[in-house]
Amino acid sequence: MWSVLRSLWLVFLHMFQPRITVQYPDEKPYLAPRYRGRIILSRDPDGEERCVACYLCAVACPVDCISLQATEDENGRRYPDWFRINFSRCIFCGLCEEACPTYAIQLTPDIEMGEYNRQNLVYEKENLLINGPGKYPDYNFWRVAGVKIKDKDKGQAENEAPPADLHTLLP
Amino acid sequence: MNPVLLKIIVLVGILLVVLTLSSGLIWLERRLLALWQDRYGPNRVGPFGLLQVLADMIKIFFKEDWIPPFADKWVFVIAPSIIMITVLLTFAVIPFTPTIQISDTNIGLLFFLGMSSLGVYSVVLAGWASNNKYALLGAVRAASQMLSYEVFMGLAMMGTVILAGTFSLRGIVEAQRHMWFVVPQFLGFVLFFIAGIAETRRLPFDLPEAESELVAGFHSEYSGMKFGMFFVGEYLGVILISVLMSVLFFGGWLGPVLPPVVWIALKTLFFICFFILLRAAMPRPRFDQLMSWGWKWMLPLSLANLAVTGAVVLAMRR
Repeated sequence: MWSVLRSLWLVFLHMFQPRITVQYPDEKPYLAPRYRGRIILSRDPDGEERCVACYLCAVACPVDCISLQATEDENGRRYPDWFRINFSRCIFCGLCEEACPTYAIQLTPDIEMGEYNRQNLVYEKENLLINGPGKYPDYNFWRVAGVKIKDKDKGQAENEAPPADLHTLLP
Repeated sequence: MNPVLLKIIVLVGILLVVLTLSSGLIWLERRLLALWQDRYGPNRVGPFGLLQVLADMIKIFFKEDWIPPFADKWVFVIAPSIIMITVLLTFAVIPFTPTIQISDTNIGLLFFLGMSSLGVYSVVLAGWASNNKYALLGAVRAASQMLSYEVFMGLAMMGTVILAGTFSLRGIVEAQRHMWFVVPQFLGFVLFFIAGIAETRRLPFDLPEAESELVAGFHSEYSGMKFGMFFVGEYLGVILISVLMSVLFFGGWLGPVLPPVVWIALKTLFFICFFILLRAAMPRPRFDQLMSWGWKWMLPLSLANLAVTGAVVLAMRR
C-alpha cells in the first residue's frame, strides 16, 4: 500500500521535470558527423570522381539497393557509367562505405529524404555525386594506387618504389 | 418558463456536455500521461493540440466499419451501444447542481447500481459475439471482475446512505452541508474508489482488455465507430464515477464563494486527473490477485464498514 502511494507521488513529481521530447520539425536533433544517413559519392581533391566502379559496394549491400555499370575513360581510369541507389530499399547499414576501397561512397548525417512518390527515392549518379571530398579531404586514390593511367606510369605513385626490372633478374 | 421545455434544455445540455467532455478526455488523458512521462503529448493540431480530438473523430468516422464474417452479427452491433446507453442513462439521476438534474428519484443510487450492472452485458456480449478466443477471455474476465467488484461497490456506498438516510443522490448531497462524507466514511470512499476503477475497467484494473496478454481483450474485433463507442463509453464511465465520488463523498456542488457548477466541475476534474495519474503510475495486477483482493479484503472491509457505520448511527440516535 505504501509503495503504491509512493509511486503515485513520484510519478506526479515528474510533472515538473524537463521534457525529453525534441520537437522535431521545429527543433532539429543533433546528428553526429558519422551518422549513417543519405549516401553520397564524393570527388577527390582534384575534382575527379573517386569511384572506380569496382562493384564492391554493390556486392556488400545486404539489400541489393546499389547498381552501377563500369566503364573506362581515355586515360585508362575506371569510373561508373551510371550509378543508382534505390533508397526505398536502403537500410543505411554503411557496409558499402566500409567496402569502398577509394572512400568514394560515404554516408552523411542527412535523414530528411521523405517523398510522396516511391520512384523519387531512386537516386541516379547526378543526384548522388557531390562536389567535395567528403570525410577524407586529402585522399586521392589514383595518386597512391600503383595502377598505370595516363601521365602516371607504374612506380610513380606517392610512396611507391619503382617496379623491379624483370629482365635484370634473368640468370 | 415552461417546465417541460426547461427539462428538455437541461437534458440536451447534460448530454452535449457529457459527450463533449468524454471525447475531450481523450485529449486530456494523452496530455496528462505525457506530462507524467516527461513527454509533450499531442500538441500540434490547434491550440495545445486541442483539435486532435476533432481530427481523431473525423478519422474514426471514415474508418471501415467492419463486422467479421464469423461474428454473431446482431449482438456484435448491439453490444457497443449498450455501454453508451447505460452510462448515459445513469447521468439522468446525477445532481450536478440544485437546478441541473434530470430526474431526482428517491432510488438514485440503486438506479446507478442497476445501470452499471447492465453495463457488464455490453462487454460480455461484445466478447461473446466476436467469436474470438481473446475477446471471449476478456469478456469472461470482465464479467467476473465487474460482478465481484460491484458487490462491495454497493456496500461501500451504503455507508453514505445510512448517514444521509436516503437513497436520493440530491438528499445525500444536502446531508453533507456540515461535513463531507469523506471524513466519517473514509474507508468507504477508498473502497468505492477502488471499485470504481474496476467498474470502469481502467488501469490498473483493465484486465478485460489487457493489451500485453489479450490483444485488446473484449474489443479485439471491433473497429471504426463501434470501437469508438467502447472508447467513449469508457471515458463516460470515468466521468460518471468521478461525479459520483464528488457527489457521495465530497459534497457535490456544495462549497464556498464559487457557484455550484464550478464546484462540481472542479471536484470531478480532480478525480478524473487522479484516474489518469493511476494509469500513469500503476502496473497491472494478475487476475487471481485482483479476484482475491476483491473477495478476501474489499468485501469483508466494506461489510465491516457498513456494520460499524450502522451501529454508530443507531447509537447516536438513541
